[in-house]
Amino acid sequence: MRVRIFAAVAAMSALALAGCGGGGAGGSAASGTLRIMAPASPGGGWDQTSRTAEQALKSAAPDRKVEVYNVPGAGGTIGLAQLAGEKGNGNLLMTMGLVMVGAIEQNKSKVTLAETTPIAKLTEEYEIVVVPADSPFKTLADLVAAWKADPAKVSIAGGSAGGTDHIVAGLMAKAAGVDPKQVNYIAHSGGGEALNELLGSKVSAGVSGVGEFAEHVKSGKLRALGVTSAQRLPDLDAPTLKEGGLDVELANWRGFVAPGGLSDADKKTLTDLVTKMHDSQAWKDAVAKNGWIDSFQTGQQFADFLSAETARVKGVIAELGVVS
Amino acid sequence: MESFRLLIDGFGGALTPVNLMYALIGVTLGTLVGVLPGIGPAMTVALLLPVTFTVPPTSAFIMFAGIYYGGMYGGSTTSILLNTPGESSSMITALEGNKMARRGRAAQALATAAIGSFVAGTIATGLLVVAAPAVVAFAISFGPEDYFALALLAFTAVSSVLSRSVVRGLASLGLGLTIGLIGIDQQTGQARLTFGVPQLLDGIDVVIVAVGLFAVGEALYVASRLRHTPPEVVPVGRAWLGRDDWRRSWRPWLRGTALGFPFGALPGGGAEIPTFLSYAAEKRLARGVAREEYGKGAIEGVAGPEAANNASAAGTLVPLLTLGLPTSATAAIMLAAFQQYGLQPGPQLFDHNPALVWSMIASLFIGNTMLLVLNLPLAPLWARVLRVPRPYLYAGIVLFAALGVYALNGTVVDLVVLYLLGLLGYAMRRFGLPVAPAVIGMILGPMAEIQLRRALAIGAGDPAVLVGSPTAVVLLALAAAALLTPVVRTVLGRRKLLRTSRED
Repeated sequence: MRVRIFAAVAAMSALALAGCGGGGAGGSAASGTLRIMAPASPGGGWDQTSRTAEQALKSAAPDRKVEVYNVPGAGGTIGLAQLAGEKGNGNLLMTMGLVMVGAIEQNKSKVTLAETTPIAKLTEEYEIVVVPADSPFKTLADLVAAWKADPAKVSIAGGSAGGTDHIVAGLMAKAAGVDPKQVNYIAHSGGGEALNELLGSKVSAGVSGVGEFAEHVKSGKLRALGVTSAQRLPDLDAPTLKEGGLDVELANWRGFVAPGGLSDADKKTLTDLVTKMHDSQAWKDAVAKNGWIDSFQTGQQFADFLSAETARVKGVIAELGVVS
Repeated sequence: MESFRLLIDGFGGALTPVNLMYALIGVTLGTLVGVLPGIGPAMTVALLLPVTFTVPPTSAFIMFAGIYYGGMYGGSTTSILLNTPGESSSMITALEGNKMARRGRAAQALATAAIGSFVAGTIATGLLVVAAPAVVAFAISFGPEDYFALALLAFTAVSSVLSRSVVRGLASLGLGLTIGLIGIDQQTGQARLTFGVPQLLDGIDVVIVAVGLFAVGEALYVASRLRHTPPEVVPVGRAWLGRDDWRRSWRPWLRGTALGFPFGALPGGGAEIPTFLSYAAEKRLARGVAREEYGKGAIEGVAGPEAANNASAAGTLVPLLTLGLPTSATAAIMLAAFQQYGLQPGPQLFDHNPALVWSMIASLFIGNTMLLVLNLPLAPLWARVLRVPRPYLYAGIVLFAALGVYALNGTVVDLVVLYLLGLLGYAMRRFGLPVAPAVIGMILGPMAEIQLRRALAIGAGDPAVLVGSPTAVVLLALAAAALLTPVVRTVLGRRKLLRTSRED
């Protein structure tokens, strides 16, 4: 008997911790608890961004209650569909990014970003192209030459099909004059799994976020052929893809959107709050600690950026042939 | 020797009252979430991630490691007592463990699980100290063709021992393989068998399948027979392991550890496969009484798999700490926790933060001991759960199963899937199909498929890559042996029979 009561209490508290609520009725942004939806499982990039934002908001606006909850699934499109159902709710933000733009195309999501209110772009992380230390490819040009000779012989490991890593591989192929559909892309559930095959020299090359591979580039186990930033990164000895002759630039960005149908006042309140958070020391420290790049953008600027990214990603995803 | 000096320092760091408290919280929480179906260590650590903002790193990792080990142990309790595994890694434990419980040997099954977990956890943590570089080299050398061969070996080993009827076993396996197909195909990004339901795009979580087929299915089956059969009188039996139990347990513990540790270090190896292999190996090796008892509650079938799943938890830490390579869901979340502290696990972690790493390893020894101290005296108490009237007991199981599954993703779709699988599990019991092959198919099928396609893609379509590595050749040979031995034995037996009849 005692055992079961104990278990019941534990389950209840676990459920409470999970914090899976239905989301309150629409309210004015000036009051009430601000909820931040991380449309992914705990532990990933969006979750980390959401929870870091929660902490920074608590220090920047101590009188405002903030709460993070997770809605995982399908590259964030499940969360997006839920956000669409919260029309006019000024107390809700959703963390999202480049991966969601791809997932919307790939999964043919009924809800798109057009049904949201863009609030702010927060951070960027660049991608890196690496080969195993014992690879015959010394430079990007070597890789491209082999690629042009026979795309099937050059296997490229990275994250999920249609994700950021795959998009980078596709853009590189296009820039090199290789048909993106011919790219021999070996999809993995994440950068970690791909790392294993790179360290074991099972694949020709790999693409992932700089953070995933940087440590191994520094220790000499992997060789960096290029990063997807415009300029070289400050703390990593690696050329850009542009220097190597491929005109590819891409940042894995993350930001906030709010539900559609927001009043101008609510939109302004949310934007001001996020701006205040961005200016806080807590946020700056967290950005530095996580190796993110601050790319803060709000209002029309962010809205324009979103539509430009949507168009670009749509094109690549179609060319890669991964639309379901 | 350097390692041992550092380890002693680590004990110094871990044995503070505050850290001991965190270790206790960790193992207690871990055991609890292990017991509750659906809620696993990965989710628990994830939900506790925000503590990294306030708690010092050593304490946080001590707690997380406790949850991980505790979860691996706790899952066995419900498997044994109620035939409802709390985690997929303790599914195999249910096969013999629950039969033991029904024969009044619940306390012995729980005790061999607890001690086996302790032995495996301690040896594996010791291996983590001395053998980490070798294990990492092995893990990295493992390519897609090796994984494919491994999956084939697991398939053949398991299917040849799990079911008395081959056809029924295969039917169940087929069901599992089909469930495993649901979701986005990783290699091409195409959706399969999702019927336009976006919640199915990521596939069905193996936890939902295990809980649905085992826990809900079992509850429905028990409920359906409640009025027809008088309640089975389950004797609680004698507590503690007898001399004979010790004699029969220690070898499976060691073999389970040997299987579990390297598998934990493999990305995609997981805690499940070594439990399958351990079960299959113990069944093959069983002689005498054990051979007769297999399928009716042999202690070897509990001792081996339970040691294997705990050893795999320690194995997981090898690539995580040395390469920053997470090989299980829990490890992936622990990696995120490292990053929250601005630490990057990898080649440099041991040099840059030796105090943290060695305190954590020391805390694993401490956590393991705590688990044993906590759980061994509880074994006879847990066994009394069987005296709770069945309607209350199984209603509680269904409730917790639903709570746990809902807590996974917070979607109603998962609940619908859970109950549909529960009905399937009921039907399978009703018509005599074994449930375990379905879950095994669901775990191994997608792995075999993706690794086969990866191997072929990397080899530009040349099937010769599948036998291109010595590891793969050895694994395939073992698989062939597992498949052919019974056939050969039958043929030989028949020939012998013929010869004797001719001589007559």
